[in-house]
Amino acid sequence: MRASLWLCLGLPALPIEALGLRDSPQACVLTTAGREPRVRIGNRTAYALGIAPGMRAGAAQALGDVEVYTRGGSAEQAALEALAAWCGQFTSVVSLAPPDGLLLEIGQSLTLFGGVATLVERVQAGVVDLGYQPLLAIAPTPLAAIFFVRAQQEVCITDPRQLHALLSRLPLAVLGVDVRIAEALAGLGLREVGECLHLPRDGLARRFGPALVRLLDRALGRQPDPRLPFEPPARFGRLLDLPHEAEDTQALQFAARRLLLELTGFLRARGAGARQLDWRLVHRHRRETQFKLTLLTPSRDPEHLGQLLRSRLERLVLPEPVRALRLIVDDLCPLAGVTLALLPGSKEQSQAQSLAFLERLRARLGEDAVRGLRLLPDHRPEAAWCFCSPGEASSSPGMRSRPLWLLDPPQALVVAEGRPRLRGSLELMERGERIEGGWWDGQPMRRDYFVARNPLGGRYWVFREVEGKRRWFVHGICD
Amino acid sequence: MSLEAVLRDPRLWRCGRALPIEAETIPSGFAEIDALLPGGGWPRGALVEILTDMEGIGALRLVIPALAHLSQSEKWLTWIAPPHLPYGPALAAHGLALARLLLVWGIESPRERFWALEESLRAGACSAVLAWPRGLDGRGLRRLQLAAEAGRSLGLLFRSLAARREASSAALRLMLEPHGPLAAVSILKRRGGAGARPVYLDLRVPSR
Repeated sequence: MRASLWLCLGLPALPIEALGLRDSPQACVLTTAGREPRVRIGNRTAYALGIAPGMRAGAAQALGDVEVYTRGGSAEQAALEALAAWCGQFTSVVSLAPPDGLLLEIGQSLTLFGGVATLVERVQAGVVDLGYQPLLAIAPTPLAAIFFVRAQQEVCITDPRQLHALLSRLPLAVLGVDVRIAEALAGLGLREVGECLHLPRDGLARRFGPALVRLLDRALGRQPDPRLPFEPPARFGRLLDLPHEAEDTQALQFAARRLLLELTGFLRARGAGARQLDWRLVHRHRRETQFKLTLLTPSRDPEHLGQLLRSRLERLVLPEPVRALRLIVDDLCPLAGVTLALLPGSKEQSQAQSLAFLERLRARLGEDAVRGLRLLPDHRPEAAWCFCSPGEASSSPGMRSRPLWLLDPPQALVVAEGRPRLRGSLELMERGERIEGGWWDGQPMRRDYFVARNPLGGRYWVFREVEGKRRWFVHGICD
Repeated sequence: MSLEAVLRDPRLWRCGRALPIEAETIPSGFAEIDALLPGGGWPRGALVEILTDMEGIGALRLVIPALAHLSQSEKWLTWIAPPHLPYGPALAAHGLALARLLLVWGIESPRERFWALEESLRAGACSAVLAWPRGLDGRGLRRLQLAAEAGRSLGLLFRSLAARREASSAALRLMLEPHGPLAAVSILKRRGGAGARPVYLDLRVPSR
């Protein structure tokens, strides 16, 4: 078994990123609760105004046009959990490190991903794509990885023997101990973790309690540090608040992309694909706008899914601006792990292209608007075919003497001077063909069919009832 | 499997070698027509306009042999909102593989029809796209021609004779008129040449 190796994914800007405000041109800050709220974090625009964490909310607002959000803890938690589920594609052991971090045990995944550098690159790129700016540190113990992230040092320590030396140089603040202990340590003139490690253990324990010693032992791997694994939910369900209400569907696509990327990671972690995407657009007053996108074949390709959504959104008229977006995927279908890049011109590529095209049509026009045709073994012309899903094969043979267009249902013809008329008097061109059948299903018919031509040269497929009123109908066009 | 056998596999794409290109034209199935068309058939990756005011004189029959030929490939034959129901038993009898037929059905909005038409032409997933557009202007036609080129799709537009007076960026423009039991097919526009005198075709569905 390989030694464990922990990747800590720190998200220092999570509160602002979870709300999608990081790149907003509007200055935004999140404040602490309480009677005298202070700035916890701001976005770039806010920092550019001179706002800094710790500042009083009132003072920050005096610096310019600033939107103040009281801390959106639920959005942060939801974002962190969604990201944890997304990380499941890299390792089976993901653990939450609240409030703004995740721990991934990657020692078991290195072979699969071709080494630590490749793996880290993929995590990093994926997280950035999702709209976060992560700090990544790798160490043999989870706590050490967390400490390096807190120190904003993006290190990769794979050799446990180096851990002691590197950890020693970190400032004591990374330990995150409570204020009383921190002040006492500072009072002794201690600045770095290493200085603390030099002190006799029992003295340290006596003076600061066993918690501090335990913390250091765990960070160094002298004591086990079991972590509660994150259990991803069985289905994908995510509500994303939009930073600003979306007036048109284009604005939604940006937020939707984030959801689709999260979905992709979630599905990849399970070796699954989605078959149906249930989208809900949340408005302020009106009921949610809902629609489902059903795929012909399971997929977790964010580009493809995004394209389908775009097709559907283009046709949508919003009854009211959208303030949040929800995506639910209930049924996960197994989908093979690796998709090889398809060779241009290969059969697989053209099949994939063909399927993707079909799904775009269905997404935009509705599933019922995209059909195939199939033959049925029945003598009655109107019963010799049916609609079906595109691509279904027929086993019945064709009939050469039939018209290329069918009028469904047949249209009654006016008769003048004993001859049926259709833009002029019709001349029967061929000997009639009697078609009868249908006594077995209660819709019997007996008809004599002819090809007929009108004075303009148009050819039609007409019939006359053999019994009853002996009316004339046109049933097809021989075009 | 030997190396040569592997290298001969058409699925293998070798750098520096052009991909196999499909034929530039599709035989129409009518020798008289092929003789008039540049390349000897319907142009692939282009628009063909078929103008007629009469139904039942063979406008659809004119393109059926090419559709039957194209239906042997993996790609779709897409019919965008046809005016009537394409009748499966007859199409199958003419050799058209119905499993390749794709019907966009029940869409009334001209905007959605145009979207479906352009999307189908451009997708690269349709060997041919048939449409009966109304109110198409020069700009729309240009877009469709570009889409057909991009998707290497044969775009067959059935339009009324009134469209003859408007300019068109279609690669080929035909006019179909009744001529006794036959149909007179005149070429109004073709690539690399002026129009041509009509040819007379028997487009009646063969009798039993």
